Amino acid sequence: MPPADTDTDRTVSEMPDGLWSMPQPTVPAPIADVAEPIQRIRVPASMHYRYTPGTAPTRFLLGLAEKKILGERDPVNGDVYVPPRGMSPVVGLPTTEQVELSDHGSLAAFCVVHIGFGVNAPPTPFVSALVLLDGAATSVYGTLLEIPIEEVRIGMRVEAVWVDDAELTTSFENIRYWRPLDEPDVPAATLQGHM
Amino acid sequence: MAPTRDVAIVSFAQSDHRRAASDTNEVEMIQPVIHGALDKIGAKIADIGFTCSGSSDYLAGQAFSFVMTLDAVGAFPPIMESHVEMDGAWALYEAWLKIQAGHADTALVYGYSKASPGDLPRVLSRQLDPYYYGPLWPDSVALAGLQARAMLDAGLITEAEMAGIAHRSREAARGNPHAQIKGSAPIDQLLAEDYLSDPLRVHDVPPITDGGAAIVLAAGDRAREWVDRPAWIRGIDHRIDSHNLGARDLTAAPSAKLAGEKAGIGAGAVDVAELHAPFTHQEKILTTALGLGGSTVINPSGGPLAANPVMGAGLIRLGEVANRIMDGEANRGVAHATSGHLLQQNLVAVLEGDA
Repeated sequence: MPPADTDTDRTVSEMPDGLWSMPQPTVPAPIADVAEPIQRIRVPASMHYRYTPGTAPTRFLLGLAEKKILGERDPVNGDVYVPPRGMSPVVGLPTTEQVELSDHGSLAAFCVVHIGFGVNAPPTPFVSALVLLDGAATSVYGTLLEIPIEEVRIGMRVEAVWVDDAELTTSFENIRYWRPLDEPDVPAATLQGHM
Repeated sequence: MAPTRDVAIVSFAQSDHRRAASDTNEVEMIQPVIHGALDKIGAKIADIGFTCSGSSDYLAGQAFSFVMTLDAVGAFPPIMESHVEMDGAWALYEAWLKIQAGHADTALVYGYSKASPGDLPRVLSRQLDPYYYGPLWPDSVALAGLQARAMLDAGLITEAEMAGIAHRSREAARGNPHAQIKGSAPIDQLLAEDYLSDPLRVHDVPPITDGGAAIVLAAGDRAREWVDRPAWIRGIDHRIDSHNLGARDLTAAPSAKLAGEKAGIGAGAVDVAELHAPFTHQEKILTTALGLGGSTVINPSGGPLAANPVMGAGLIRLGEVANRIMDGEANRGVAHATSGHLLQQNLVAVLEGDA
């Protein structure tokens, strides 16, 4: 059982030995000669924030509670951003029009995770994925399950697996994971620029 | 540092400052301000050679928060851009250097924060060193109280003078449509209030503010193309006192004095000064260090006692002085910005209009 962060009730990452180079600290001789070296001090610190998602993310999160994925359209080039931040990063103008997107999409990128870094990670190895929803210009992050890892490929069609309706909240965690759709792959070229 | 290129502030915009912008996120809050500064002179992001912002992840409560705020600029195709984890006044300094070095002729600078998500006095305590002061969590208001006490004991200020500064600032803010606190109770009524952190009363302390500001800089003829009367930056300098509060004479700001000298305040009369003194007693430290007095109008906008968006309040001082030069109300002004605890870091700029 990995250790948990008591504040958030989430698991904490554990790094295998040797994954990153972490040599023992060395202590210069003049200090080591006169005293037991202090190699670290413990200074607990925590701060609490009442975070504001903002108007566009609020619209998005409220949509999720109704099992809707709401993107927002760029006022100039028409691209639909999801999740929305309220702004077109291309022209620096607010997005205004909301667009309801399908919970079907195409796999834009993936990687096979062999070390679970906490945050409710499924058993390893698993596939983390970027999914380009139909009609969207930006992709969303999630976990891809219900498929042998060696069969995962860019361009494959996927769909969201939601929590039970009774468990819906204003959270992106409403989508538990993504799974394959029985549809022909889209050409990878159509995903370029959207990863 | 004496400039080699003529660089001016040509546009300034700020938010309508509020205690909590709880309906918007940071990018939604600052976007109208950034575009307000650009629109005022009919500029597009394509006209800007360098963009620099000042903000803090500790205030935002999330990592790399400034990257998300860049969405408000419209940074595509990719722009030359930088960020400082300091007040926007230091972002302006970086942009000014960039223009002096000939790497750009124009710059967009902005600084902002939402202080409301966190507990600001505790968040600010994280500026202290991690070994000696940080673990004790002294909050920013308590530290300011130590400084005020030192000044009172040294006979450098009285509580009535402090109340007078609060009263004058907030009465002046009645004319500032962006101010958060406008108007003040009479001085005798202020002095009858209880202490917050003795010897500081509530009126001695700045409001907690969500907001920001944006400025456009331009060199030489480019500045003249955009506005009739650019606010030329004739001198700008910033200096730092010790981070160790116990090693400082808290009643003085030697770094502000030096920055003021290097910026060239003494070369002429000062019509107006906007001082980034979040606490009342700090205004006295700054007017002393910068040698301001007499006919100089101090903080006609109301200053940080009327609105204090952390990471923006220093940049606003530059903008408030620049506006008064651009509209012909003043010929020569001083803008000051501070960072760190108790006026530890100080930036001073001297702005002038064409004669």
